[in-house]
Amino acid sequence: MQSSVISMVFTSQNLMRLMGGLLVTARIAFISIAIGSIAGIGFGLLMTSKSKWIKGICRLYLEIFRIIPILVWLYIVYFGITSALNIHLEGELVAMIVFSLWGTAEMGDIVRGALESLPRHQIESGRALGLGFWKLYRYVLIPQAVRRMLPGAINLATRMVKTTSLVVLIGVVEVVKVGQQIIEVSRFQVQTASLWIYGLLFILYFIICYPLSVLSKRLEAKWSN
Amino acid sequence: MKNIKKLLILLIVGIIIIGGFAGCSKPATETSSAAPGSLEEIKKRGTIKIGVFSDKPPFGYVDSNGKNQGFDVVIAKRFAKDLLGDEAKVEFVLVEAANRVAFLESNKVDIIMANFTVTEERKEKVDFANPYMKVSLGLVSSDNAKITSVDQLKGKKLIVNKGTTAQDYFTKNHPDIELLKYDQNTEAFEALKDNRGAALAHDNTEVLAWAKGNPGFSVGVPSLGSLDTIAPAVKKGNKELLDWINKELETIGKENFITKAYEETLKPVYGDSVSPDNLVIEGGKL
Repeated sequence: MQSSVISMVFTSQNLMRLMGGLLVTARIAFISIAIGSIAGIGFGLLMTSKSKWIKGICRLYLEIFRIIPILVWLYIVYFGITSALNIHLEGELVAMIVFSLWGTAEMGDIVRGALESLPRHQIESGRALGLGFWKLYRYVLIPQAVRRMLPGAINLATRMVKTTSLVVLIGVVEVVKVGQQIIEVSRFQVQTASLWIYGLLFILYFIICYPLSVLSKRLEAKWSN
Repeated sequence: MKNIKKLLILLIVGIIIIGGFAGCSKPATETSSAAPGSLEEIKKRGTIKIGVFSDKPPFGYVDSNGKNQGFDVVIAKRFAKDLLGDEAKVEFVLVEAANRVAFLESNKVDIIMANFTVTEERKEKVDFANPYMKVSLGLVSSDNAKITSVDQLKGKKLIVNKGTTAQDYFTKNHPDIELLKYDQNTEAFEALKDNRGAALAHDNTEVLAWAKGNPGFSVGVPSLGSLDTIAPAVKKGNKELLDWINKELETIGKENFITKAYEETLKPVYGDSVSPDNLVIEGGKL
C-alpha cells in the first residue's frame, strides 16, 4: 500500500507535472500580486481624491470587482470579450489580467483605508513644513500607510494564491487540476490516492503562501522599532 | 437622496458596460465567410482543436506522462488522421463539464468530444453530430446503505455534477430530492466516499467504472431515465464540419473502429460484465 503510493507520486513523472502545475499557480498569483500592489497604490491615491467624479468612478470599479465573482470575470474575459473582439488570448494571460484588475481594486481600497486612517495633523504638519503634494505623500503619508495596510495586503495576496484554483475553468491546468488528473488515473490502483495528493497539495500551497506570512512578520517587526 | 443618485449612476454605467458586451458580440458572429472552425480554416491552421476531459477515465484523461488518453481521445485522434493526415495534428483542449458549451461558442475548440450527452437544451446551443455511444443514468451508493430505487432517495441527499444530464434529470423529474452539486468529478466522488450524500447519480458508464475500482460501493440502479446518446458537438451553424464528422463516422463504422476503441480503452475497465453492443454505436446510427 505504502509503496504503491510512493511509486505513484514519486517515481513517475507525476511529481514533475505537479511542479509544473505549481509553477503555473505561482506565476499567475505572483505576477498579479506584483501588478496589483503597484497599481493598487496608485488606485488608492486616486480614491482619496476630492473630486466627486474620480471618487465615483473608483468606487464603481472597486464594487464591480468586489461584487462580481472572480469566476464570472474569468468567463467574461476568456469567453465573452475574446469572442466579441474576435481575438484569442491564452487562458493564463486572461487569468493574469483578471487577477491583476481584482488585485488593483482590493489593494486600492486597502491603501485608501490606510491613508484615511492617518491622523489629519500628519497632512497639516507636512503642509506646514512646506512639503508639496508628492513630497507629502512620498515622505510622510505613504511610509506610514504601508505599515497599516500590511496585514490586509498579505491577506489579499494569500487569497489570490488560493483563488487561482478557479482558472481551471478557463482551461488553464494549475496545480490542483494536475492533482485531480493524477487522482483520477490512479484511483483504480490506489484507493487513497486523493488523500495523498490533496495532502501534498496542502504542503505545496503552504510552501508558496508561508513566505508571504514570514515577510509580513519581518516587516512589521522591523518597522515597529 | 445622494445615495439614490449614486445608485442610479452605478446602475446606468453597469447597463452600458453589459450592453456594450452584448452589442459587440453580435457583429462578430455574423462574419461567417472565413468562419473559425470551418474545414478550410482548420486545414490552413494545420491542427484541429478538440475539447476533451482530463480527469474522466476511461473516456478522457491524462496519463502519468501527461499524455491524453481514453475512448474519446482515440476517436478524436482518428478524426485528425483522416482530416489532416496525421493523428498528431490534434490539439487537445482540456475542458470541464460545466464549460463545454462556452468553449464551442467562443471558438476555442472546433469539436467537443468530452463525453457530451445529447439533450434538447444543449441542441439549442450547439450542433450535435451523429452519436458514437449510448448511455443512461446510473446510481452508485455504498454497500452499507444500498440505494436500489429512486424512491429510496426521498429525504436524502443525492450527489450530482453541475451541468450534467444527471442534474437535469433529477431537477426536472424529482424536484423533491435534495441535490448536492459539485463542479468537478473528483469532488463529487470524494463526497460520496465521505458519505455526504446517500448516492451519486451520473452516466451509468461512469458509475459502473468507478464502482468496479472502489470496493464497498456498487451500482444499485444501473439504468435510469431515458436512453441518451453521446456525440461529437460543433459550434451552432458549423454545418460543414458537422457533415464531415457524420461522413467520417460512417466511414470508420465500416471497419468497426468504435468497437475497436472500446476494446482498447473501455473493456479493461468494464470487464466482461458489459457487452460493447450496449454502449457502442457504429456508423452514427442507433
